[in-house]
Amino acid sequence: MSKVHIKINNMPLEVEGGTLLIDAARQLGIDIPHMCYHHDQESKAHCRLCVVEVKGQRKLQTSCTTPVSEGMEVFTDTQKVYDAQVGILELMLADHKQNCLSCARSGNCELQTLCRRFNLLVPDLPDISSSEPLRVDNPSIVRDPAKCVKCGRCVKTCRDVQGIAALTYSGRSAGFRVTTAFDLPMAETDCVLCGQCSLVCPVGAIVEEDSTAAVRRAIQDPAKHVVVQVAPSVRVALGDEFGFAPGAIVTGQMTTALRMLGFDKVFDTNFAADLTIMEEGSELLERLNKGGKLPLITSCSPGWVTFVEKHHPELMEHLSTAKSPQGMFGAVVKTYYAQQMGWDPHDIVSVSVMPCTAKKFEARRPELGRDGYQDVDYVLTTRELAKLIRYEGLELKVLPESEFDSPLGTATGAGAIFGATGGVMEAALRTAYELYTGKTLKKLEFEAVRGFDGIKEAVIDLNGTPLKVAVAHTLKNADELLKRAHEYAFLEIMACPGGCIGGGGQPIGTDNALRQKRIDALYRLDASLPLRKSHENPEIKAIYERFFTAPLSHKAHELLHTHYQEQNTVSKIG
Amino acid sequence: MGKTVSFISRRFGQYDPWSLTDYEAHGGFQALRRALAMDGYDIAALLSANGIQGRGGAAYDMGRKWTQARDVIAPDKCVVCNADEGEPGTFKDRELLRNDPFQVLEGMIIAGWSVNANNGYLYLREEYAHLRPLIQNAIRQCQEAGYLGENILNSGLNYRIHLYSGAGAYVCGEGSALSESVEGKAGRPRMKPPYIKQCGVFHLPTCVNNVESLSLVPNVLLDDEGFYKKQGTPECPGTKMISVSGNVNRPSVFEIPFGTTIREIIELAGGVTQGQELQLVQLGGASGRVAAPAQLDTPYTYQDMKQAGLTAIGSGAVLVVDKRTSVIGFLRMTQEFFSHESCGQCTPCREGNRHITLLLDKIAAGTHTQKDVDTMLKFANIMCGASLCGLGESAQSALLSAAAHFPEVFAVKQEVAIR
Repeated sequence: MSKVHIKINNMPLEVEGGTLLIDAARQLGIDIPHMCYHHDQESKAHCRLCVVEVKGQRKLQTSCTTPVSEGMEVFTDTQKVYDAQVGILELMLADHKQNCLSCARSGNCELQTLCRRFNLLVPDLPDISSSEPLRVDNPSIVRDPAKCVKCGRCVKTCRDVQGIAALTYSGRSAGFRVTTAFDLPMAETDCVLCGQCSLVCPVGAIVEEDSTAAVRRAIQDPAKHVVVQVAPSVRVALGDEFGFAPGAIVTGQMTTALRMLGFDKVFDTNFAADLTIMEEGSELLERLNKGGKLPLITSCSPGWVTFVEKHHPELMEHLSTAKSPQGMFGAVVKTYYAQQMGWDPHDIVSVSVMPCTAKKFEARRPELGRDGYQDVDYVLTTRELAKLIRYEGLELKVLPESEFDSPLGTATGAGAIFGATGGVMEAALRTAYELYTGKTLKKLEFEAVRGFDGIKEAVIDLNGTPLKVAVAHTLKNADELLKRAHEYAFLEIMACPGGCIGGGGQPIGTDNALRQKRIDALYRLDASLPLRKSHENPEIKAIYERFFTAPLSHKAHELLHTHYQEQNTVSKIG
Repeated sequence: MGKTVSFISRRFGQYDPWSLTDYEAHGGFQALRRALAMDGYDIAALLSANGIQGRGGAAYDMGRKWTQARDVIAPDKCVVCNADEGEPGTFKDRELLRNDPFQVLEGMIIAGWSVNANNGYLYLREEYAHLRPLIQNAIRQCQEAGYLGENILNSGLNYRIHLYSGAGAYVCGEGSALSESVEGKAGRPRMKPPYIKQCGVFHLPTCVNNVESLSLVPNVLLDDEGFYKKQGTPECPGTKMISVSGNVNRPSVFEIPFGTTIREIIELAGGVTQGQELQLVQLGGASGRVAAPAQLDTPYTYQDMKQAGLTAIGSGAVLVVDKRTSVIGFLRMTQEFFSHESCGQCTPCREGNRHITLLLDKIAAGTHTQKDVDTMLKFANIMCGASLCGLGESAQSALLSAAAHFPEVFAVKQEVAIR
């Protein structure tokens, strides 16, 4: 589209035709107040906060729905505009349960920010917020309907990004609210607990289940060995919570912080990612060689696994039986590592830091434990790790850098890129190629599976045998790809946009632009590492030599593989 | 004393509404034959030339609407006949459907021809379920006679009419909520743009018209003598179907020439209930403004009503309220209606209605302060200026106009003022 010329508050602006007013104003440094608008989503025009005056229009116009046109004159700063905006804010506030000081979103609540901006000291309206109770009905996500401002960002994300629509609108007028089908617990709906809703919620109405207090208690217990593993994509997102530049790699400061928090051992999930590649890559080769079920589909993303169990049980045989890196790590810590250390696995408290709310559910799967214990006891999201660091009063920025503990702390670049969409695929291809062909890869980068496109595909030449693979991120794209799944031998699917770096447990404010920066950071990390293929990881070689013998061995199957079970949902029962 | 006229109501009681043959015997489908020989744009121009404004309430130039609908280039388009008639105190569409269903269908078919649509949807108010068999019969007979279906009367027009019932929400009278409802979704208005004319029912370009507007079309097409334009005033020609109800002796539907005064309208309905004194008149339904007794001599035209600060015709409802109902009592009733019918999507309407209800309760109890009145009017104005759809925009019309005409009923009681 061509450029048009408009004026905002008498200031001239040349801007791309069709740009929404709210985005155009930002180019002049004007932030028009908004709540339902989110720059990664289609406009909804529900909250009405972003109304402005447009010359020639009798009524106020929502700047999130009005595209600029040549000669348009807009006013964002008239009394009429402010009266409407502040009035709407008052209405919103009167319907919002205000326990701000003890709210998980205190400090990064968009409603709080707007109230501060407009100096809303003594509102004219009485508090008529709902007395609906907290909804704590699953291991991952807690909803507080009394705080909901009905912006619909969660509904939009669930429907448009994930294609799930577990959250939806119900009722009308004062009874209008966001809820699940028939108000059922999340787990009984189509929800896969990906937590993307919690990422776009502007207030504290949808937050992660908080395990920080339990983890702190465990750390204080002298009888327990408290170990922690950190997922690949936490290190490129945690910095957002502490004033680092977007996409900053804060691995070293993070490990130091974890030790200062009192964790006895600080391990790298990237190690388990390498282990996953060994098992999953071998599984792929076995299926290729022995005519097993193809395509093989990755199983690292717990939101995706639940999606298959709920919505595509017919594909369960295609899912790799390899556990996710979190699951593998948990099993290794409480068996191999416990043996090495002479610890009773019952005395180990295994904590993982994940970019993900669905990992909390995964950790509670009965398949992921034995002898009366779970392999992973507590899952913290990136956001919760930030809470713990703040609790301890640590300034992440000034902490010295340190290394992960060893063994189980060394990883390759292949493990590092697990956090990006296409990363697992690329890591698997690096290993599968070399194991299958016996040749050394000339170029490690598989550019075709990188990037933010919803669905990516590539054909890899394995000694003359073409291996057709595809990658999808977001469940909506996954559903699309599944329609032609039979065309491929190997699929990587991640539930969240961008992969784990865009997971539902990442810092508030995660958007597609940030996701891209984190992806870039992971590939930088990969490129900087001396070892970039999982099968070359010395600690991986060691663990096979000393413990598992070989990939897909009996022991490996017992500890590193799992099985799947169909889950019911309300939409199936009908 | 005002008079009634028979233009679009001329066949009321004259023929058997279950019989297409009888309709034809009374001149039915002559207009369609004439229309099929005309260009769609010329039909639209004829509507504009007669000064016809949409009868649903928004009063949009009907010919212009059809021209714009015709202009849209799309492989498939829809016509909607909006028979949701949800505006309280409005029941003229019911009479049009009950007495002359074929006329409505004929109007819809002509609309299809004019704007180049293949499907017409008749969206019937849930409470009019008793009219379904009658309308279904009319559609079936039209299909059998070749007025609907493929290549209608060898014109090349392929057009079908589908009967849809609403589920009872007032807001579904709004075009985009209606579209959602037809699609089987919850009836909540969509944001605009895109507008219905580009993206309506099943996301197809859609031309929505009121029952009365569509009923006018066949009559105007056959009006060679210019009867319609000779009615009313020079500025506002034509006739209008009105629904008069409330505290009158003979509540009913009347077809009147524009220009009749409100006083004359009340007289047509037999005057205010015996022995009672007039309190106010609400025009255009629950979303309409209220008139004080002093405004009764306002002529019922778009221009005069607007000039008097009243709802310019709206749905054509005239609700007469005598002094047994207080102004505040009346406003609380209206408020109760909107508190029930708001879809709840947008903040001003959802939350505004809740607070205004509470404030009106306070005023009714006489425990309010001037601040309460100011707050109430502030949020009424915000609803009016910033809501997502017409419901929120017009929900406080009664309150805001009452505040202008009856300031005394909002006055702060002495003891509260001193406190």
